[in-house]
Amino acid sequence: MPSRDGARAARSPMAAPRSFLWTRRVVLTLLAGFVLLPVYVMISSSLKPLQDVSGKFRWIPDGLTVQPYIDIWDTVPLARYFVNSLIVAGAATVCSVVIAVFAAYAVSRYGFRGKRVFTVTVLSTQMFPGILFLLPLFLIFVNIGNTTGLALYGSRGGLILTYLTFSLPFSIWMLIGYFDSIPRDLDEAAMVDGCGPMRALFRVVVPAAVPGIVAVSVYAFMTAWGEVLFASVMTNDVTRTLAVGLQGYATQNDVYWNQVMAASLVVSVPVVAGFLLLQRYLVAGLTAGAVK
Amino acid sequence: MTTTVTTDPGTDRSSRGTSRGSGGARRGMPRIPDRIRRGGLPYLLLLPAVLLELLIHLIPMIVGIVMSFRQLTQFFISNWGAAPWTGLENYEIAVDFDAPIGEALLHSFFVTCVFTFFAVGLAWLFGVTAAIMLQESFRGRGFLRALFLVPYALPVYAAVITWAFMFQRDNGLVNHVLHDQLGITDQPSFWLIGDNSIYALIVVSVWKGWPFAFLMLMAALQNIPRELYEAAAIDGAGVRQQIRRITMPSLRPVNQVLVLVLFLWTFNDFNTPYVLFGKAAPADADLISIHIYQSSFVTWNFGTGSAMSVLLLLFLLVVTAVYLFLTSRGRKGSHA
Repeated sequence: MPSRDGARAARSPMAAPRSFLWTRRVVLTLLAGFVLLPVYVMISSSLKPLQDVSGKFRWIPDGLTVQPYIDIWDTVPLARYFVNSLIVAGAATVCSVVIAVFAAYAVSRYGFRGKRVFTVTVLSTQMFPGILFLLPLFLIFVNIGNTTGLALYGSRGGLILTYLTFSLPFSIWMLIGYFDSIPRDLDEAAMVDGCGPMRALFRVVVPAAVPGIVAVSVYAFMTAWGEVLFASVMTNDVTRTLAVGLQGYATQNDVYWNQVMAASLVVSVPVVAGFLLLQRYLVAGLTAGAVK
Repeated sequence: MTTTVTTDPGTDRSSRGTSRGSGGARRGMPRIPDRIRRGGLPYLLLLPAVLLELLIHLIPMIVGIVMSFRQLTQFFISNWGAAPWTGLENYEIAVDFDAPIGEALLHSFFVTCVFTFFAVGLAWLFGVTAAIMLQESFRGRGFLRALFLVPYALPVYAAVITWAFMFQRDNGLVNHVLHDQLGITDQPSFWLIGDNSIYALIVVSVWKGWPFAFLMLMAALQNIPRELYEAAAIDGAGVRQQIRRITMPSLRPVNQVLVLVLFLWTFNDFNTPYVLFGKAAPADADLISIHIYQSSFVTWNFGTGSAMSVLLLLFLLVVTAVYLFLTSRGRKGSHA
C-alpha cells in the first residue's frame, strides 16, 4: 500500500489518492447531515400547522403555513424579550470589550508588578463554572436590594453585570493574544515619533487589531445572546430574555412546537447571519489569540 | 465608561511628555525597552478591569465560601448574615455518601464524568476529522466550513429546544426514524426521561461542541507548512502516514489546550441539560451544574449548594493543575 500511494503522490505532491477522496466525500456528507438535521427540523416544523407538529413527525410537511410566524408575537411577548436580549447582550459586549482593550494593552505592552497575578486570575476565572458565581451574586443582589433599595435583582443592569463574569475574562484573554500578535515595532515607532501611549493605542494598535476586536465582540455577543443560567434566575416578567422567554410556548395542555420552532429561527437568524458574514474575520481573530 | 473618558486626556498628556523626553534622549536607540517606567500608566489601564474582577469574581467567591459554612436555608435568603454558623456541616452533608444528599451528589459526579468523557472524545474526533478533510482546498470547501460552524453560532436555547422536539416520544423525528422507518426499536422510546436520557444529552452536546474543536484545529492546520507534506510525499509517504507523522504531531500543542477547554466547558455545562430537560434532569443525566442549581434554587438549600460549588471548584483546580503539569512535562520532553 505505501508504495502505490507513494508513487501516485510523488507524481503530484499534494494530490490525494482516490480512496481518500471517497472517504472524504462520505465523512463530510455524514457530518453535514448531522449538522443540518436540527436546522431542517427547525425550518420545516416552523411552517407546519399545529395538528401536523402534534402528530407523527413527517419529513415533508402536508401543507405549508406562515401562521406560526404571525402567532409567535402574541402567544408570548416575544418582541419584549427580543429587546431585552438585545440590550443585555449588547451592553455586556460593549462594556467587556472596551474595558478589555485597555487591560489587554497594558498586559501586552508593559511589564509591571502584579502582571502574572492578573493574567492568572483572568485565565482561571474564565474556566470556573457559572453556577459558582450564580449563588453568591444572587444573595448579594437580594441583600443590596433589601438594604439600599437598589433593584439589581431582576433588573437588566444586574443581569449585564452577571454576564461580565464570563465575557470580561474571555475578552481580556483573547485581546492579549491578539495584541501580542501585532508587531511591537508599530506602536514603538509611533511612540518614538512623539505619540503618547494612549495615542499609540488608539492610532496604531486598535486599528491594527480591528479583526481581533470584531471577533471578540461577536463572540462575546453570541455567548451573551445564548446565555441561560443567569437569565433563568436573575430576570422577572419585565426583564426576561429570549433564553427564558422561549419556554413560554409550552402551556399546561399543549406545546406549540411550530411556534417554538418559528421563534427559534427568528432569534437565531440575526446571530447566525452575522457570524457567517464575518466568518473569515472571526476565524482569523479567534485563532490569532488562541492558537500560537 | 465615563471615568475612563475623563482620565484619558490627563494620562495622554503626562505620558506623552515622558515618552517624548525618553524618545529625545534615546535618539540612537529606536527600541523602547520593555520595562520602561511609565509610572502608574499600566495600573490606570487595568483599573476598570481590576475593579470589575473584584466585584464580579473575587467578592462573590469569598461570599460563596463564607456561605458554605452557614446554615443558609430559605429563611435567611434576604439576610444571609444572620444565618447560623455551622462550620463544616454543609461539607459533611455533601460528602456523606450513605445519606441521600451525598449519595445523589456522588451519582451526579459519576454521571458528569461519563458524559464529559464521551462528549469531549466525540467532539474532538469529529473536529479533527473534519479539519483534516478540509485542510486542502477543493470545490465546496468554503461552504462546508461555514456550514460546520452553524451549530456554534446558533443560540444554545434555540438549538437545544429543537433537539428536545426531535427527541419527543410521540411526535419527534428520532422515534419516527428509529421506530417507524427503520424498525430498530419495538416501540417508541422515551429519550428525555429514564436511562436513554444520557444518550440524548451526549448527542446534543457533541452536535453543539464539535464545531469549536473543528475551528481551532482547522486554524492550527493552516500553520503547517505545505513543504513538509511535499517532502514527505516525495519520500513516499501516503496520506495516512502524512497524517500520522506530520499532521498529528503538529497539532499536539493545540490539542492540549483544546482538550482542557472542552473538558471544562462540558463538565460545567448548564445550558444544554437545562434546556433539554428543564429544572429537574432525569437521574441518568443529572449533570453537576444542574444538580447544584436544583439543590439551591429548587430546594432552597444554599448552604449545601455553596459547599458543593466549592468542592466542584477544588476538583476542577486539581484536575487542571495535574493536566497542565503532565502536558508541560511532555512538551519539555519532546523538545529535549
